[in-house]
Formats: sequence, C-alpha cells, structure tokens
Amino acid sequence: MTQSDLTTILPVTILTVWACVLLLVDLLIPKTRKGITALLSALGLAVTLGYTLAQIGSEVTGFNGMVTLDGFSIFVNALLLVSGLLGVALAYGYIKRMGIERGEYYTLLLFSVVGMMLMAQATDLIVVFLALELLSIPLYVLAAFARDKTDSEEAGLKYFLLGAFSSGFLVYGIALIFGATHTTNIFAIVEFVSTSTGSLLLTIGAALLLIGFGFKVAVVPFHMWTPDVYQGAPTAVTAFMTSGAKIAGFAALLRVFATAFPSIAADMTNVFWVISAATMILGNVAAVAQTDIKRLLAYSSIAHAGYILMAFVPYGNETVVATSVAAGLFYLVAYVFTNFGAWGVVIALEKEAGKGLALDDYAGLAKKHPALAAAMTIFMLSLIGLPPTIGLIGKLYLFRAVIDAGFVWLAIIGVLTSVVSAFYYLRVVVIMYMKDGEPAAERETWLDTTTLVTALVTVVVSFIPQFLFAWASEAVLKLF
Amino acid sequence: MIPVDYYIILSAILFTIGVLGVLVRRNALIIFMSIELMLNAANLAIVAFGSVFESFSGQIFVFFVIAVAAAEVAVGLALIVEIFRSKRSIDVDQVSSLKG
Repeated sequence: MTQSDLTTILPVTILTVWACVLLLVDLLIPKTRKGITALLSALGLAVTLGYTLAQIGSEVTGFNGMVTLDGFSIFVNALLLVSGLLGVALAYGYIKRMGIERGEYYTLLLFSVVGMMLMAQATDLIVVFLALELLSIPLYVLAAFARDKTDSEEAGLKYFLLGAFSSGFLVYGIALIFGATHTTNIFAIVEFVSTSTGSLLLTIGAALLLIGFGFKVAVVPFHMWTPDVYQGAPTAVTAFMTSGAKIAGFAALLRVFATAFPSIAADMTNVFWVISAATMILGNVAAVAQTDIKRLLAYSSIAHAGYILMAFVPYGNETVVATSVAAGLFYLVAYVFTNFGAWGVVIALEKEAGKGLALDDYAGLAKKHPALAAAMTIFMLSLIGLPPTIGLIGKLYLFRAVIDAGFVWLAIIGVLTSVVSAFYYLRVVVIMYMKDGEPAAERETWLDTTTLVTALVTVVVSFIPQFLFAWASEAVLKLF
Repeated sequence: MIPVDYYIILSAILFTIGVLGVLVRRNALIIFMSIELMLNAANLAIVAFGSVFESFSGQIFVFFVIAVAAAEVAVGLALIVEIFRSKRSIDVDQVSSLKG
C-alpha cells in the first residue's frame, strides 16, 4: 500500500475505524445513557467531515485506479457526512421516545455512511458493488430496527428482498460489462470503448446496471417498494434513507454513466428521458391521494428522484453535460436539507404506535407551535419550488440545463408536475394554518436545532446560491 | 475446451430462472433462494469470462460476490425469522399491513 492509496481512502478509513471502535465502546455505556454513543458517532462524522473539507482541491487515485478522491467525491462525501450528522440528530430523541434506543443504531448508521462515501469514490465496478452492499445491509437492519412493530419488520423484509433482487441485476450487469470490455475498471472501460464499436453485450450490461441503481434511488418503474418501506421504517431511519441512499445511488450512477458510457449515450438518453418523466408524473400524481404524511413524503421522494434524473438526460451532449450534472448536484443538496427538515417536523409530531402521522393531526399546528408550522411551510415551499427557498433555485438550474440541451418537453413536464405537487404540499400548509385542532408536538433540543438549521439553510442559500453552484460545477469539471 | 458462449447461455438461463422465481413465488425463503441463483448466475458468467481473458480480476470479483452474499444471508434470514415469529408465516402476500 502506497502513500497515495492511504490518502485516497483515509476519509473512509477514519469513519470505519471509528465505527468499529464505537461498537466496542458502546458495550461499556450503560443502557440508559446511549445518548453518549450518539454524541460519539456525531463526533466521528464531524471529524471525517473536517478532514474531507480540508482535502478540497486535491485529487488522488489509489489501489490501481479502483478508488479516487477527486473534487466530485469530496463534494458528495461532504454532503453524505452532513446527512449522517442530521440523521444522528434526528434519531437522538426519536429512538429514545419510541423505546428502540440501542447503541447499534448509530454504528449501523456510520457503516452505512461509509458505504455511501465509498460509492462516491469508486472508480471500479467491483468497488461500486461492494460499496452498494455496504450501504444497503446496515439500512436493511435499520429499517427493521423497531423489531417489535410489525410495520417496521415488514419494511425491513421488503427492503431487503427488493434490495437483494436489485443487486442481482447489478452484479449480472457488471458481469456482462466485464465480458464486453475485459475489465471492470471505469477508466479502462472508457479506453476500451473509445477504440472499439459498441457491442450488444455492453448495452445490455449497462441497462442491467441501470436497473440495479434504479431500485436504489427509487425511480419508476422500480419504485414499488418505496412507499411501504419509507412508511414502515422508523421515521428517523426513513429521513436518513431518503437522503443518503439517494445521494450515493445518484453519485455512482453519475460516475459510471457519465464517465464510462458516453458511447451508448444515444440509446441511454431516451431511456433516461422516459424514466425521468414517468417518475415525476407518477410520484407527484400518486402523492395527491395520500393522507399519511410519511407516505406523502415517500411519494414526494420518488418524484424528486425524477427531477434529479433530469440532470442525466443530456449526458451524451458534451457542451451541456457539465452544467446539467452540476445542476443535479445542486438539486441534491437542496433536496437533502429540505427533506431532513420536513422529516424533522414529522418526527416532532409523531407519537408512539404510529399515531400523529395523519395529515389531520397537523390541524392547528400554527396556533400551538408557530415556529414548527413556519418551518414546515418553508420546507413545503422548497419541495414545490417556490421562493424564497433553495428548492426553487435548484429547479431553475435544472430546467435551464435541460432546456439548453434541447429537451424542452422534459422541462415542461417538470414544471407541470411541480404545479401538481403544489396541490398536496400546500394542503399540509392549509391544514396547519386554517384548521383547528389540538396537535401535541415533542420539543427536544437536537430536533429543534436540526429543524432550525435546515430551515435556515433552505432560505439563506436561496439568496446566495452562486457559491454552491460554483463549487458543484468545479467538482464535476474533472469527471469528463 | 467448451466455448465461452455455452457458459454465458447457461448463466443467462439461470439468471432468468432466478428473476422469474422472485416474481412468481410467494414464499420469502424461495424468493431469497432465487435471488441467490441470480447472484450465482452472475458468478458463473464472471468466472467464464475471466478464464477466457486469462485475467484474475474476474475470479477475485467472484470471491467478493460470495462474501457479500453470505453477509446478505445473515441479515436476510434474521429478518425472515423475525417475521415468522410474529406472523407464523413467511408468505409475502400475508406481509401486507402497509398499503395505500
């Protein structure tokens, strides 16, 4: 192992070692004081985040080109570590309140973040597969973490069966790509593809790979598991899953398709177009009928996967691909903060045994907890894409990139589905402000802090989006 | 020597049987076995390609897949046992309290 190998995987190594040690330290922490484990795991995430941010601008490749630490992976890793921190903050009070507080929760979360980070850094399909499993297996356990509840068990089983099913497609896709190109390394695939004509084996392999990733990021038609799993899993887990798994899945999809397969872009662009449009339409339309807030946000997360996938549609067009991918990354950031905030409010209102999750339970929230209602309004506006929120800026960048690439109809579908989405997001706001009721919300320091921070980010960044977009553009520059 | 095409055709057949098994069967254990069949179909293809290309990376990859499959078995069987304890059944059609 050389120096550069070590530098490349140091962020991942720090977090892995930290998680392993924490697993042992947790044994010494008494059952009633598992908050210490939460703080220690947050510390580990913060240390890794600090180290990752210090690496901005560096670019190293290690292990014979199997992993890399470049601008793109640093950007994505920073976002993943932030979502890990938000995930811990949301879980802190929630799992105590729900009676499922165990130290393993936090270590599993750390291991999952490790897998996600590795996925952003992978430049070899073998590492992509390993990272995908490393992020998924802890999530299967986390989804079933409330093991005395049928819903949680069921969510765990469904997530597991469909997750394993999708990794079957992924591995077979990798096998066919290996057969077509004689290698699993992304750089070597690029080299091979540029010197030969595309083969059927490669196209089928890429399609199977797309199915595998499609399941992970929940795009139509591979979304069937999403509402059930997101509804059944403990809410703090759902909040983390909707963000973390999506970021990692899109990061790997981006790296693999944008770097390795520009030669089959002509076929793939149409596929991405259809999937993106179908995801936006189905996600938003299905959300209209929901009366359970967790299910509503689950369909909303499907819809947002469709918006993010828009960024991939022009990936064969060399002149616009960098801007469109940067817009996709920006949208991911916007989605992560808004999403965590919205789930934070949901957690504040949730009671034991799945009570407090119906939309009607939000009636009268504005009178009783004005701050919470105001925060929820900000998040809902951001999810629709209305000012003054980061969601609007994200959509503007995204639609502009897609229109520049000549996919005007896709942008129109995007705008129209956003209008549809306004119906159900605003319904939450209307219920909070116009209806009378007696909602009881849990106020807890870390939860309030998370909601406040995400609400602030959602609003403040919308006034100064240039720096973030500039960072995202710089991050993707070296990808192509 | 048997041409590589034969291996690939066999692996494609195994993979298809696996996919169909997941879609058609309703017992969680059988679904799980079908998923393993998919993974092993991929393993067969990778090993066959690897031996034709005389590259070791294929063989190494198979070891990784086998190890990951074992980890999945550990988690998956635990989940299935847990479901069986509370429902006395592992029929996935009966595992349907979440709907909408």
